[in-house]
Amino acid sequence: MDETDSRRNFLYIATGAFATVGGGLAAWPLIHQMNPAADVLALASTEVDLSPLAPGQSITVKWRGKPVFIRHRTPEEIELAQAADPDDLKDFQPDSERVQNPEWLIMVGVCTHLGCIPLGQKDTDAKGDWNGWFCPCHGSHYDTSGRIRKGPAPENLQIPEYVFLDETTVKIG
Amino acid sequence: MKALAKILALAVVASLAASPAFAAGGHEPEKHDWSFNGILGSYDKPALRRGYQVYMEVCSFCHGVEFIAFRNLIDMGLTEDEAKAAAEAVQIEDGPDDQGLMFMRAGRLSDRIPPPFPNENAARAANGGALPPDLSLMTKARPFGPDYVYALLTGYEQAPDDVEIAPGMNYNPFYSGEQIAMFEPLFDGAVFFEDGTEATIEQMAEDITQFLMWTAEPKLDDRKRMGLGVMIFLVILTGMFIAVKRRVWADVH
Amino acid sequence: MADSQDHEHNKMQLKGVMGWVEYRLPWVNLLNNAVGTNYPTPRNLNYWWNFGSLAGLALVIEILTGVVLNMHYVPTAEGAFASVERIMRDVNFGWLIRYVHANGASVFFAVIYLHMFRSFYYGSYKNPRELVWWLGLIIFFLMIITAFTGYVLPWGQMSFWAATVITNLASAVPVVGTDIVQWLWGDFSVGGSLLGRFNSLHYALPVAIVGVAVIHMWALHEHRSNNPLGIEVKGPQDTLPFHPYFTAKDLVGVGVFLLVLAGLVFYAPNILGEPDNYVPANPLQTPNHIVPEWYLLPFYAILRAVPDKLGGVIAMGGSIIILFAVPWLDTSKVRSAKFRPIYKQFFWLFVIDTLILGVVGANAPEGNWIIIGQLATFYYFFHFIVILPVLGWIESPKPLPDSISTSVLGDKKSPEPAE
Repeated sequence: MDETDSRRNFLYIATGAFATVGGGLAAWPLIHQMNPAADVLALASTEVDLSPLAPGQSITVKWRGKPVFIRHRTPEEIELAQAADPDDLKDFQPDSERVQNPEWLIMVGVCTHLGCIPLGQKDTDAKGDWNGWFCPCHGSHYDTSGRIRKGPAPENLQIPEYVFLDETTVKIG
Repeated sequence: MKALAKILALAVVASLAASPAFAAGGHEPEKHDWSFNGILGSYDKPALRRGYQVYMEVCSFCHGVEFIAFRNLIDMGLTEDEAKAAAEAVQIEDGPDDQGLMFMRAGRLSDRIPPPFPNENAARAANGGALPPDLSLMTKARPFGPDYVYALLTGYEQAPDDVEIAPGMNYNPFYSGEQIAMFEPLFDGAVFFEDGTEATIEQMAEDITQFLMWTAEPKLDDRKRMGLGVMIFLVILTGMFIAVKRRVWADVH
Repeated sequence: MADSQDHEHNKMQLKGVMGWVEYRLPWVNLLNNAVGTNYPTPRNLNYWWNFGSLAGLALVIEILTGVVLNMHYVPTAEGAFASVERIMRDVNFGWLIRYVHANGASVFFAVIYLHMFRSFYYGSYKNPRELVWWLGLIIFFLMIITAFTGYVLPWGQMSFWAATVITNLASAVPVVGTDIVQWLWGDFSVGGSLLGRFNSLHYALPVAIVGVAVIHMWALHEHRSNNPLGIEVKGPQDTLPFHPYFTAKDLVGVGVFLLVLAGLVFYAPNILGEPDNYVPANPLQTPNHIVPEWYLLPFYAILRAVPDKLGGVIAMGGSIIILFAVPWLDTSKVRSAKFRPIYKQFFWLFVIDTLILGVVGANAPEGNWIIIGQLATFYYFFHFIVILPVLGWIESPKPLPDSISTSVLGDKKSPEPAE
């Protein structure tokens, strides 16, 4: 009698487990369909002509639906960025790790706090206490290397993958 | 339960009778033994490459494949470098630039293969009023699908004496109405295959059909592979359900 | 029959968190009374009784895949076709989800038709289950509208011309016909406006289907399932608890159902579709032969059988409306065809008639098909209006068994045991 019971229970449990696994596998396509589709993944790169930018000027270009800040830094800004005291940096990163060519700072212009777009691209914008960028949503201050100095943002502005195709052309992505 | 079997059998007969057996004047094409037929069927990669070549060197001057991007050719079997080279060989309109002007640039993997004509009117004007249809979905958009495409491409013949061919038309018994504006597109040696395959009309027609089946149904290989796993799983699961049902009912029978 | 006192008696007592929740929201007991151990079910139900649960499963599959497809679908005349192709090519598993959705609709209708024929054969629509039948017919009607609006969404040639032909039916209405058609279209022709509203309806109507399905089951649970003998349940010896007996039996059906659906999806995903729907909609060129999906073919045949525009529309509408009258047109006191030797023959004639209508609907209205379609249409109505009432009066049914339990357990030669 006991043996029949355990055989019966085994069958029920095995069937239940098998069906559950199947249900889980069937759910995956319904979940995965929301991930970026093949055509979205393929639209990866943008080329930008930097020749019109004089030192001290910035442009914003759109890449993967997000703004990318490109700034032609002045010698003072470069110096300021390189001279930063590591102890002042919340998310430590030397300037040299954030640029390929110190004259050109290229980064994703999305605040690492909650995704707002920081100010600082235009001359008339507020640039924050470190003369870089300032996010008006919750008051994060970024320096001339785009590093977080003050405010709630946890990380430095993100650096996208890019390559210089020649002196004045950059390919982002 | 005999009744159930009876109904199902009748339903199958009815659905067969209801299937599209109306090529409106066109002859029924012969069934072809395609590599992608059947439960374990899949695309023939070398044939796809050859078919792509036939498309590019013969068909693409009149017919587009609007849903195919160069990146898709990598899934088809081209290497990434080959696909990139194919993309860079074409010019794509992009823009507007900073001056607000459109400009031409080399193609990228993410670009679609550009159509031969910018719009329908241009296509008609260049083809004596006839519109060369886009081929992306052709093998799914006609009754008999790939068999029809193959039959059409190999089916050109001398018109019977009693058929009067309208100006600019060609006789093809497989085409709806039997007169088609497209002249016979293939001839022996129309392309040169690098893999040494002889470019006969039949060979090229077979390869281009294989390619066009892929453009219409690029996920066929994935589908059949996944299908096998799912069917095996469901057969086991159904078997277990039957066992459970017997066990549960054992004490009341 | 179990009454409310039994319910109290069988109430499940739960402890802990489950008990806390159950005291406030008795969902466990609700389920237990609906599809659990506390739902007495005639012990002789055969596999024809599986199609209700399968219809529910099909509805869930359609809603899940549909919600997901709508995340990628673009409901504009310019973008619809390309967005469907993007789903088939670029969206992760998009091809799978779309093929399940398209073939799921076909399988759903197959299940519903078998469910309805079950009802015809065993007289399930009869007193006291007339409203269960009515609610089912409302679901069926909503399904037709949902399926039709859904078929239009890919905006292929068949989508476009099906939409044109069917919306033009409204122009048969005297006097205001053209105004109604223009109101349906929101335009002077079928176009983006119609597509937008069809998309909206296609998403909204399934919600109504779920609602009516719940009421359908509510009504069913009042007098509970009919059974192959068509006689009343006389006591506990005639029933088995729904769980585990009929949950286990339903699962067997689920397995077979999924096998059929997967077979279509993976090995013949386009066999039930029309090639013309892979050609983008072209308002300047009609396909040679316009046909609806297979599940609407019989109604399409009835529409075309009447050589008059308004008459055809009335006949097609009437072919569904008449089903509402079936509980009263069928005058027989005996439910199951098992004990109605003459009705049984006519039942099968009716099944064949609907299949003939389906074949007629698939073929161009030429030559013999016209006359066959008219004869089959005539017989369709003749079956309901003449045969059903007259048979009830003249047929002498076979003697009914005393009870389900004596029939199933006592008599070895029982006509059709539960298995």
